[in-house]
Amino acid sequence: MRSTDQIAALKSEPACAHNAKGKSGCARPQPGATQGGCCFDGARNALLPIADAAHIVHGPIGCAGSSWDNRGTRSSGAELYRIGMTTDLNDMDVIMGQGEKRLLAAIRQAVERYDPAAVFVYVTCVPALHGDDVEAVCKAAAARLGRPVIPVDCAGFYGNKNLGNRIAGDVIYRHVIGTAEPPPPPAAAERPGITRHDVNLIGEWNVGGEFWSMAPLFDELGLRLLCTFSGDSRFHEVRTMHRAEANMVVCSKAMIHVARKLREDWSIPYFEGSFYGMADTSRSLRDFARLLNDADLSARTEALIAREEAHVEAALAPLRPRLAGKRALIFTGGYKSWSMVSAMQDLGLEVVATGTEKSTEEDKARIRALMGERARMIEDNDQKALLRTFAETGADILIAGDRYIYPTLKSRLPFLDIDHVRAVGYAGYGGMIELARNLDRTLASPVWRQVAAPPPWAVAARAA
Amino acid sequence: MAAILAPAKALAVNPLKVSQPVGAALAFLGLARAMPLEHGARGCAAFNKLFFMRHFREPIALQTTAMDQVTTILGADDNVVEALATLAARDRPEVVGLVATGLAETQGADIPRTLAAFRAAHPELAAMAVVPVSATDTQGCLESGFALAVEAILEHLGPRGPAARRRPGQVNLLASSMLSPGDIDALRLWLEAFGLDAVVLPDLGDSLDGHLIEAGYSPLTYGGTPRPAIAAMAASAATLVVGPSLDRAARRLAERTGLPTYHFPGLTGLDACDAFTHTLAKIAGRPVPPRLLRARDRLLDAMVDCQFQLGGTRVALAADPDLVGALAAFLGGMGLEVVAALASARGPALAAVPLPEVVVGDFEDVERLARERGAELIIANSHGAPVAARLGLPLLRTGFPITDIHGAPSLASVGYDGSRRLLFELANLMLGHYREIAPYRSRYRGDAPC
Repeated sequence: MRSTDQIAALKSEPACAHNAKGKSGCARPQPGATQGGCCFDGARNALLPIADAAHIVHGPIGCAGSSWDNRGTRSSGAELYRIGMTTDLNDMDVIMGQGEKRLLAAIRQAVERYDPAAVFVYVTCVPALHGDDVEAVCKAAAARLGRPVIPVDCAGFYGNKNLGNRIAGDVIYRHVIGTAEPPPPPAAAERPGITRHDVNLIGEWNVGGEFWSMAPLFDELGLRLLCTFSGDSRFHEVRTMHRAEANMVVCSKAMIHVARKLREDWSIPYFEGSFYGMADTSRSLRDFARLLNDADLSARTEALIAREEAHVEAALAPLRPRLAGKRALIFTGGYKSWSMVSAMQDLGLEVVATGTEKSTEEDKARIRALMGERARMIEDNDQKALLRTFAETGADILIAGDRYIYPTLKSRLPFLDIDHVRAVGYAGYGGMIELARNLDRTLASPVWRQVAAPPPWAVAARAA
Repeated sequence: MAAILAPAKALAVNPLKVSQPVGAALAFLGLARAMPLEHGARGCAAFNKLFFMRHFREPIALQTTAMDQVTTILGADDNVVEALATLAARDRPEVVGLVATGLAETQGADIPRTLAAFRAAHPELAAMAVVPVSATDTQGCLESGFALAVEAILEHLGPRGPAARRRPGQVNLLASSMLSPGDIDALRLWLEAFGLDAVVLPDLGDSLDGHLIEAGYSPLTYGGTPRPAIAAMAASAATLVVGPSLDRAARRLAERTGLPTYHFPGLTGLDACDAFTHTLAKIAGRPVPPRLLRARDRLLDAMVDCQFQLGGTRVALAADPDLVGALAAFLGGMGLEVVAALASARGPALAAVPLPEVVVGDFEDVERLARERGAELIIANSHGAPVAARLGLPLLRTGFPITDIHGAPSLASVGYDGSRRLLFELANLMLGHYREIAPYRSRYRGDAPC
């Protein structure tokens, strides 16, 4: 189990502007009024997309049983990450202290049966409290089985999902990154006249395969992705991340320490960006060119951006008048609280409020930059308050994560799901078109009128 | 208002249309102790019997006058007389539906004279009703043949004038061929919720719902509208007509009985269900019962839950006219886009279909239009399966025939529950067919996928 000092150290992030002051993103949860996942949830989500690894949840069935294979993250090859594995601890394991033994046997079974590139062991609340020495078990297993076995100490009671993300990044940085060199690229991949640059993405999850609409553009520009940490990644790719020339922190502020460490220890510059919305997507590509300091790359990037933006504009043209002036209430965590604002504004929607449940001070500054100083932010994650805000702001649509789908639909309000479990990709230029189409479909659906109208006999009774 | 387009084609390829005699025979299969008798060559009845057997997975009462080379030229009236006498002797039906096929009609069979000859020759069979219907397969489709038979049934077995005594809780329900046995069941419960007892004509819900009986096999129908109930329709409080194809039959009934008549183009989807419920409440003079209100609330919930999955889905819809109209309204109400609507033939429902156009065509047209207009879902009978497979699209089965799944006739698509079931089925089809972004392997990642 981690000590409170260790946890406090993880919560301190010098790369965050808000590090000096109170951490709004890491507030203590209020018993009875808390939504959102735990540390284990965050850590497992961050690493699960490493597709050729075995991911073993060490704990009773509660942790993995209701959550295995529940992610929208997609792989272009290995599917091992979708196999749900847990030690399924029972009473006797806990009382008799057999957890460690069971874990060792579980790791052996996973390796022998599934031949993973590596094994991640997620320590959950019960074994953490019980005091299983998972680190020692993993070390022994690795030695015996000749396979990397990596303990991820992420008991749910340590804190929220954000902290779990950070724990995952910390584990990866300490145990995995820098343990192997990148292979030479296939000779056929190199093109004369184009200087290849090796880069990483940090915090890109390939939800619904959405990064695959961006990946061809990276190839076109001659940017080799050593690792898209961690969407559609492989264990050996994670090991080589220290050899990149530039990093992009994509979605999660909680992963920024990985980028910071890579800058400190390996002198790799990084920037924060997003692939949601056309403006942010183009900006991210420009930022790579800028960090890589390659004039030819910059020129080719500009040409590519011009081409892609023209294509998007053509596709959006018929949708723009239908979306213009529609009022959106965005409720999502952290980074997306402003990247989605930007995407909606690109489409001509008016963002009436945005949620800042997991947002940092920097996120909030960006929101203010986009929405003005008087931007309405919703700190409270209470669903009733959210619905009240919807009514007060005269919103036309709520854009939020999956947790809010059904309360919103029960309230007969148009809703667009942008959570990580969806199967629809919204990233990049193609994703922008998909997003606009889905917004239009939802806003234009005749269902809302029907479900809001009283039945004809009630109308007749009122008239009588 | 839809424009009705009928492409001029010499060759019908993969027909969508099923013949009028099939529809007429189907209507008689909804009468109790009945036997449809097709006046034509033996093959007509053989094909049609097999058609129904494959759709309903039931034994089917259907006979033929078995016109042959000689009788086709020299006159087949004797065949009819002989067939009726034989049926009476062997199976003792209460009602025989005499369906004149294209062959008999082309030959110029004089059915009224033939029936008079039969009555004169067999006075002992006076109790057996014979309902003749002219249903040539050179016109119309299954739906119109069905409607012609319903008109004939009302003409020959229905009330002659207004009733002397009313049955206040009784209503007439004229049920078009688009309604399955499961639909009829659902309708009966719907009416019962208001304390109303329905005379359903024809009652496929009672005859072809697929139930075993004590006697085992029966050569006649296994249930259906009893003949006395048809005669007693004048005593009802009102007539409800589901499906525009039966509007004319309803008008005839109203002319004779003076009953108020309520027309419903379909009963799938919220608005259609609400209109029907509201009418029942008015006829019964009762508030809408809680059970129905809950069913309505469930449909609303299903609508918002399925909205994202279904909204904007591009549909190619192919069926008989009533079903095209009912489903087009339902799909439009859910935000699906019917990009191609095809009807097997013209019909009274088509003009009011809420689409810019309806094409009268075959499955070749379905396939072409679905491809050209980027359909994402096909709604058609089982013949749509190869089309859907070629286009890589999911298929929602509806209409006639449905031969490649079990239980289709038992499924209800009307009412709040039936609409909800259909919504879920549609949403699941689309969910199962969702095409995600195709995986992309970077050129720098090497050949061996891992």
